Amino acid sequence: MANRVSDTKVAETTAAPANVIDTKNVRASNRFARKSVSRWLVPTLYIVFLMLPIYWLLNMSFKTNQEILSRFTLIPDNPTLRNYAVIFTDPSWYTGYINSLIYVVMNTTISIVAALPAAYAFSRYRFLGDKHMFFWLLSNRMAPAAVFVLPFFQLYSAFGLIDTHLAVALAHCLFNVPLAVWILEGFMSGVPKEIDETAYIDGYSFPRFFVKIFMPLIASGIGVAAFFNFMFSWVELLIARTLTTTDAKPIAAIMTRTVGASGVDWGVLAAAGVLTIIPGALVIYFVRNYIAKGFALGRV
Amino acid sequence: MDKPYNNKAWLLVIPVFLLVAISAIIPIMTVVNYSVQDTFGNNQFFWAGTEWFQDVLRSDRFWNSLSRNLLFSFIVLCIEIPLGIAIALTMPRRGIWVPVCLVLMALPLLIPWNVVGTIWQIFGRADIGLLGYALDQMGINYNYASNIFDAWATIILMDVWHWTSLVVLLCYAGLVSIPEAYYQAAKIDGASRWSVFRYIQLPKLRGVLIIAFLLRFMDSFMIYTEPFVLTGGGPGNSTTFMSIDLVKQAVGQFDLGPAAAMSLVYQLMVITISYIFFTVMSNVGVDKPDARVED
Repeated sequence: MANRVSDTKVAETTAAPANVIDTKNVRASNRFARKSVSRWLVPTLYIVFLMLPIYWLLNMSFKTNQEILSRFTLIPDNPTLRNYAVIFTDPSWYTGYINSLIYVVMNTTISIVAALPAAYAFSRYRFLGDKHMFFWLLSNRMAPAAVFVLPFFQLYSAFGLIDTHLAVALAHCLFNVPLAVWILEGFMSGVPKEIDETAYIDGYSFPRFFVKIFMPLIASGIGVAAFFNFMFSWVELLIARTLTTTDAKPIAAIMTRTVGASGVDWGVLAAAGVLTIIPGALVIYFVRNYIAKGFALGRV
Repeated sequence: MDKPYNNKAWLLVIPVFLLVAISAIIPIMTVVNYSVQDTFGNNQFFWAGTEWFQDVLRSDRFWNSLSRNLLFSFIVLCIEIPLGIAIALTMPRRGIWVPVCLVLMALPLLIPWNVVGTIWQIFGRADIGLLGYALDQMGINYNYASNIFDAWATIILMDVWHWTSLVVLLCYAGLVSIPEAYYQAAKIDGASRWSVFRYIQLPKLRGVLIIAFLLRFMDSFMIYTEPFVLTGGGPGNSTTFMSIDLVKQAVGQFDLGPAAAMSLVYQLMVITISYIFFTVMSNVGVDKPDARVED
């Protein structure tokens, strides 16, 4: 009996850092989960509030402009895919999505690769100026993008990188690398140090230990950090728009084009908006249990 | 802390240091350079000393956008934090609805910021938007493009829509990590629902609430894209927050000196707040092992 208890304890402590919203704890406040109306009413109302504007955008994306402007309908009278067809057949539209995806993926890769060793150093060692370094990194996560717009433009112009995916990917490192270091450090600190020590005694070199043993252990942390880098690079517009003109222009900036000679093409604008929500909606499912941990920089 | 002292760890940090230094230090040096010089065109620059800083700190424009921004942050925090706690407390803790709630609630966080602006721009229009149309039918004269109060109300509602979920998710994660033993003890003592919240849940949420509070403060203090798309800073200058004002000055009017001086003042405020954040966060990290033991 005592053995079984300690076994589960061990299993729990090793699993704990990886699982924020863990089923074992879900039981916790069940006593207070009274089946009263208020319990589901508040979250339901909140979700309805969240979904209404998105529903309206989705609704509009299936309408013709004529219907949008002339009648007020909760469901499209004559559902049409014309707005989506415009986006998927016009290169100046769909390349925007490709551009956004290219620099977002580049940025995520650069950020994670650079952040992994640094996060390990912060989680395992003390060294000269470590606290200051960590603070300096954080202050960049908090830096207002508006401050950097003009100097970034001049910096990347000087290197001839304007209007390349690399420029945006590097510029987004300003806030994404610190974020990745913070999240990864949080996850790494949850891995017992004995694992490192045992591996070194077994004759593993540092790179081999890191790739073969350590990285699989913090796989969920890498996933979460990658997700958050993806997300913050995907939602950012100010810097991405400033550093690109045509060849690498992100979809978010192209959306402003819908204002044409004949007024705003509302249907296409709505369809483009819906399409920008989809990547986030897809990846969010995989990290649903870690979202909070990521936002709290690995500190929940 | 039982971490060994080893300066070789610096080797692991160097890539990150270089990567962030290129994106942070060189641009900041450019800004410092502009902030102390004046130009009459032709790429000729003259030493201007602290003139721009004095100008900026004396100008009504700066103080107006700063106070507008602080008011905005204050209102947004007053709504989002209590609302987030309330929703987290009523969320289901188990069953198939948990992932559904989490994914749906997180959805607004993943929408590009200008699309958030676009969504609300459409949603609030009286001719084609659901909200604007509904208010119009109720006989309320609502127009966020011309009425200052309506513009503020829409921007605040938009921010609540966009970011309350962050507070909900953080609080929810804090709540599910409270061990069941606490509730059992409360049950034995016959504690009321309020005492359970006041003496068990709220203290245990301290850490995540500090994080939520500071993240929300920082992000609302730097807000740019959403109000820019929705109102463009108008009507008049009524929704011109710090970042919008700065970009107007730097890119719109190309007033490099004042813009650079304002950037530095802005950046300094942010770093001060970050420092407080960092100190508090370090302490949050310290009492974490504690919580693990009780687990």
